[in-house]
Order: sequence, then C-alpha cells, then structure tokens
Amino acid sequence: MNRVGLERKVLSENDRLAGELRARMAENDILCLNLISSPGAGKTSLLERTLERLEPGARVAVLTGDIQTDNDAARLKRYGFPVRQITTGGTCHLDARMIERGLAGWRLEALDLLFIENVGNLVCPSSYDLGEAAKVVILSVAEGDDKPLKYPSIFFKSELMIVNKTDLLPYVPFDLASAQRNARSVHPAMDILRVSCSTGEGLADWLVWLRARRQRIPRAPVSAV
Amino acid sequence: MHEMAIALSVLDSLEKEARRFPNGRIAKVGLRVGELAGVDSGSLGFCLEAAVRGTEWGPVIFEIESSPRRHLCERCGKTFVVTEYDIRCPDCGDGQTVFAGGDELELAYLEVEENEPCGAGT
Repeated sequence: MNRVGLERKVLSENDRLAGELRARMAENDILCLNLISSPGAGKTSLLERTLERLEPGARVAVLTGDIQTDNDAARLKRYGFPVRQITTGGTCHLDARMIERGLAGWRLEALDLLFIENVGNLVCPSSYDLGEAAKVVILSVAEGDDKPLKYPSIFFKSELMIVNKTDLLPYVPFDLASAQRNARSVHPAMDILRVSCSTGEGLADWLVWLRARRQRIPRAPVSAV
Repeated sequence: MHEMAIALSVLDSLEKEARRFPNGRIAKVGLRVGELAGVDSGSLGFCLEAAVRGTEWGPVIFEIESSPRRHLCERCGKTFVVTEYDIRCPDCGDGQTVFAGGDELELAYLEVEENEPCGAGT
C-alpha cells in the first residue's frame, strides 16, 4: 500500500469558481455580501427595509436563494432594483456555480452593491464560499441567544452579526448581552448591530456599516500599461 | 445536511486523482474536518459510504480526522488548541491571539494499492 499526501481542499472546485467571482467583483468595484440566517430570521425583511431606504438610482442588485418558490424575488422586485431568484430545488445552500449562473446577463459594471440572500440555514451555507467580500449572519431575538455557540462555524465566518426583531425583546426570553457575549466568544472581532425591521430601529446604523464596508473592498490590481 | 454534496465533491476529486495511478486502486482516503468547517464528520462518513457504494471505486475506506480550533499567540509564539472558546494563551495569558486553524475541509492523503496486472485495460 502506497500512501500519497494530498493536502487539498475538498471544495476546491467551488473555491476556484468563488475566486473568479471575487475577482470580477473587485474589477467592477462591487461590495458583495452573503446574508445567512435560519429560516424566518428576517433576511428578506432586512433587504426590503434596505432597498426602500436607498435612492432610486442606487446601483444595487439582489440574488435571492430558496429551495422552492420565487416569493422572495417577488417581494424584493417591488423596490425597482434588479432581483433574481435562485431556486435550488432541494439543495440547502447556495454554491458558487449557482451565483455564476444567477449573474449571467447582468452588467456588473453597473453595480456597486450585490446582496446574496442565502437559503435559510445556519449550517450548510457556512461551508460554501460564494465570492463575497463578507458573510453577514442575522439572528432574530425569537431564536435562542446561544445560537452562536450551537452553530459556531457561521458565526466564526461572518464579519457582522445583525440581531433582528429587537422590538420583540420585551416579549421573549432572549438575553441580548448573552447573545453578544456568545458571538464574541466564537469570533472576538465580530461587528454586531441591533435592528428591528418592523420599527426601523437600528437600520440607519446598518446603512452606515454598508457605506463604510464598501470603502474597504479590495480593489483589483491596476494592470501596468 | 450538505454532507452528501460534500461527499460527491470528494468523489469528484478522487476521479481526478485516480488518473495519476493508472495501475493502482484507491483503497483508503484520509480527510481532515475542522471543528469550524460546519460539517458533521459522522454524517459525512455515512454519506461517503453511501455515495461510493455501487460505483467503480469499489470498497474504499474513509478515515476522517477531526481538527480542533487552534490559535497562535503573537506575543510568545505558542500555538495552542482552543477549548471552551477560551482564546487566551495558556502560557503567557495574552488575550490577543490569532486564529491558526480549525476550519479545514481537506483531502489529507490517499492509500493506493497496486492492481493485478490482468486488470489493465478493462
């Protein structure tokens, strides 16, 4: 028997495609964010509240993933920006190939910001690089404040945690301080924002975060002429 | 449950690797799964066995090694395993340590056995 060392990533094909997507985003100066949460935590609501606050000419597009239905795309199209549904037909996460197909025909040079709304799931999307600049995890206060400890992978890999539905805090046993402590124990440098998509509380901070984050996207190397 | 998708990616990689060993058969595959990879090792092992059954790959043993979260202390240079989310350096107590591994999802090694000579060309 002959042992051969490999030391290769299992998802190398996905990672290769994600790398190509990331390079295209950089060339076109696009901030691409991958939004991840459990089902019902408010990814689509956050996008709706975000899109309605942007000026009509904003260069924004959304790819939204679900196992079935195009309900989310129908909700998001009302704001007048380009939106496409990716229906995975059973797959519990988006992968880089789905993003590549989803972008087909779009003029990337006409965009500054691309949101990818992943399939509602705190586990599987964490394994797949989509070429995004950052993952953003959304945790609603209707869930447990120990979610960061139960699903450390996605909280570790996300740059920002948005605690949503803060208007419900008086009615649920969610401990905000504990949620923040848990998130930072998994990911000490994590940014944390608190929002309510129902009342609008905290959304201004999210827009400030978006603007600041866009200033930090890696620019494509300028080719020597 | 994306372990089946990951198992199929492993088989895709094996198909590419197998071309390097035209006179051999891959008998064992070593994988490394970090605790922050978001992949359940038990479930991945089950999916790999199911995915490989009935394929040309024949019986293959999958050995999955778990890899804990590690941090590096930039002050004293020690690399250590993080337990209970405590990222302080166990030697010097410094709290500003940096992530140094534990999110891997890797093919670590293959074990290849030589085929019977008459197997060539079939």
